[in-house]
Amino acid sequence: MIVLKTFPKGGVHPAENKLSKGKKIEKLNMPETVTIPISQHIGAPAVPVVNKGDIVKIGQLIAKSGGFVSANIHSSVSGKVLKIEPSMDASGYKRMSIIIKVEGEEYEPDIDLSDTLVKECSLNADEIKKRIADKGIVGLGGATFPTHVKLSVPPGKTAEHLVINAVECEPYLTADHQLMMEKPDEILVGCSIMAKAIGVNKVLIGIENNKPDAIKLFKEKAVSFNNIEIYALKVKYPQGGEKQLIKALINREVPSGGLPIDVGCVVQNVGTAFAVYEAVQKNKPLYERVVTVTGKNVKNPVNLLAKVGTPISELIELAGGLPEDTGKIVNGGPMMGKAVNNQQIPVTKGTSGILLFPNKLAKRPKVYNCIRCSRCTHVCPMNLEPHLLKNLSNKALWEELEKERVLDCIECGSCSYTCPAGIPLLDYIRLGKANLNRIIRSRK
Amino acid sequence: MEIVLYTLISLSSLGIILAVILFFVAQQFKVVEDPRIDEVEALLPGANCGGCGYPGCRGFADACVKADSLDGLFCPAGGNETMNAVAKALGMAAVEKEPQIAVVRCAGAPEQRAKTSIYDGPQSCAIAAALYGGDTDCPYGCLGLGDCVEACTFDAIYIDENTGLPVVSEEKCTACGACVTACPKDIIELRNKGKKSRRIYVSCVNKDKGGPAKKACNVACIGCGKCVKECPFDAITLENFLAYIDYEKCKLCRKCVEVCPTGAIIELNFPPRKPKPEKKEENADNEKAENNAAADTVIENTSEPKNE
Repeated sequence: MIVLKTFPKGGVHPAENKLSKGKKIEKLNMPETVTIPISQHIGAPAVPVVNKGDIVKIGQLIAKSGGFVSANIHSSVSGKVLKIEPSMDASGYKRMSIIIKVEGEEYEPDIDLSDTLVKECSLNADEIKKRIADKGIVGLGGATFPTHVKLSVPPGKTAEHLVINAVECEPYLTADHQLMMEKPDEILVGCSIMAKAIGVNKVLIGIENNKPDAIKLFKEKAVSFNNIEIYALKVKYPQGGEKQLIKALINREVPSGGLPIDVGCVVQNVGTAFAVYEAVQKNKPLYERVVTVTGKNVKNPVNLLAKVGTPISELIELAGGLPEDTGKIVNGGPMMGKAVNNQQIPVTKGTSGILLFPNKLAKRPKVYNCIRCSRCTHVCPMNLEPHLLKNLSNKALWEELEKERVLDCIECGSCSYTCPAGIPLLDYIRLGKANLNRIIRSRK
Repeated sequence: MEIVLYTLISLSSLGIILAVILFFVAQQFKVVEDPRIDEVEALLPGANCGGCGYPGCRGFADACVKADSLDGLFCPAGGNETMNAVAKALGMAAVEKEPQIAVVRCAGAPEQRAKTSIYDGPQSCAIAAALYGGDTDCPYGCLGLGDCVEACTFDAIYIDENTGLPVVSEEKCTACGACVTACPKDIIELRNKGKKSRRIYVSCVNKDKGGPAKKACNVACIGCGKCVKECPFDAITLENFLAYIDYEKCKLCRKCVEVCPTGAIIELNFPPRKPKPEKKEENADNEKAENNAAADTVIENTSEPKNE
């Protein structure tokens, strides 16, 4: 028997519940209006370049990157800019958004809409990075870190490996899996383009072992690319964390406070690879993405190709409508996602899934006192002590938290998931991280 | 017998030798501490609330003794009385400061501000605020989970059961500012206590345009600017659709309170107005105010106007 690779310590294995597995990616009808937030990525918000009343086309730049760590934003529809005003998004706060009324379906002329596979890429590394930045590509795994920044290897560091995260370790979500089944060639071309951009000749793709069809398909397809290797990984959450993935694939440990590039790696999501392919080979900006809409009581769990800015209510409608006893709507996966407070929030570049939890599953467990069972410490993939971090955060001992490496926490939620006393450890740890980050910023 | 003798001699000589060593060491490493620090510390309230910005009362006493003047040094818990005593002890000029009090600038009780979602996470404002805008449509308003109550060392703030909003006790509040720091929504502000504890302030921090603000909460400031025009002392400024009354400039004429269409401007501890033959609504309000005044002659209830 082959021993599957994985990270050595911690992790949990929640029920997979991949209800929308194997469902073809459906295209959503054109919405009536879209609400496109100007802050859909990590870093500075983009700066709107359109005004109220302007006519825009699909793929037209509507907000320009607001700094190096920032991303361009393009219109996902053609129509008229109704207004630019704060609107509720998945953050739970009102943030500046561009609201466009849809009229017709007109594309920017330079976008190649055909399905033909373009394998050859004649651009050099800098041109690729520039194209990726122009087309507003961000990490589609959920963290939405601008891709061109990740692909720019800082001076003094060298990249040896490009690691592609095709793990999709979150339960319920199947968006990446389905994309891999439908667009394998495009994804592989996207991978080799990114490898060219950072100047590495080794690409490692990690796929969790619960997707045997994808592993088989990719192993077949990768033969024609001589630098791409496919690895099946053990099913364990959070296998898709970049540090866990690197540890599993090439057995290197990212130092505390460091980045993957410190061990010679650049990690990109498989969805990002497809977006890079479309941006570089087809000139298509990132204005739509695959979203899984699912849940225990959902009539028709689906994988949808949704335009950025579409209200999630339209996605839910296509999945058979909101089930009656829905207790929570979660944006993202069940482990790291966040509940939203209305159905009008828009799909953004970071929306990987919409989960509709029935009341029974939506309730938080009753909180008891810590029984010192140390399960949270056992499951923490980052070798932290969640119970200690929670207590320090609760007592506002921010400096102590820094010593306990709270900033290494990847917020995977394994501790809260496993706690038999129902203590929401991660909520407190996040609070500690936010406060500590504020203190660190004020030191500068 | 001999054993006892030897023991006594050896132990006593050891004691004497060690005493001599200790004496010289103590001489060598003597820490000279200004005796005035103890003196000043004795004058301070000893609550160690941190309202002065120093770590505890001794830290503040130390700072006072070392400082050339008492400028910028103030003990909010002790107030002017304490500071005068400190100034006298140190032979410096006292810096008088208007007494202040914490003011909660949100009046969004459940009947004014409908709940739109249910929050079931940890009962902490800071955690809830990190997750989303809150369980109502107003993302600026009070979350009511009591981080301010937790932060107060003087037991001067509590959550009103009916309104779900914090209420500051007029007598107990020392304006140390712990609640101001604790509030993740920046709702609580330190304002001058005012003559006879009379205060006027805008009880709202909603920076949305009038429409969404009013939709989310009946008593929101909609940024109409009526109060700005009405104010004869230029004490009111309007920024981001939100009025703010400068307590240094405000002369407590109450004209702004009358013109505010949503009732977002609150007056505290004023005697009831003389009834005016104006709109019916206002009369009803006045009657209510009068009833309140009749019920307790010493008006000290800060929660009352919020219920209106």
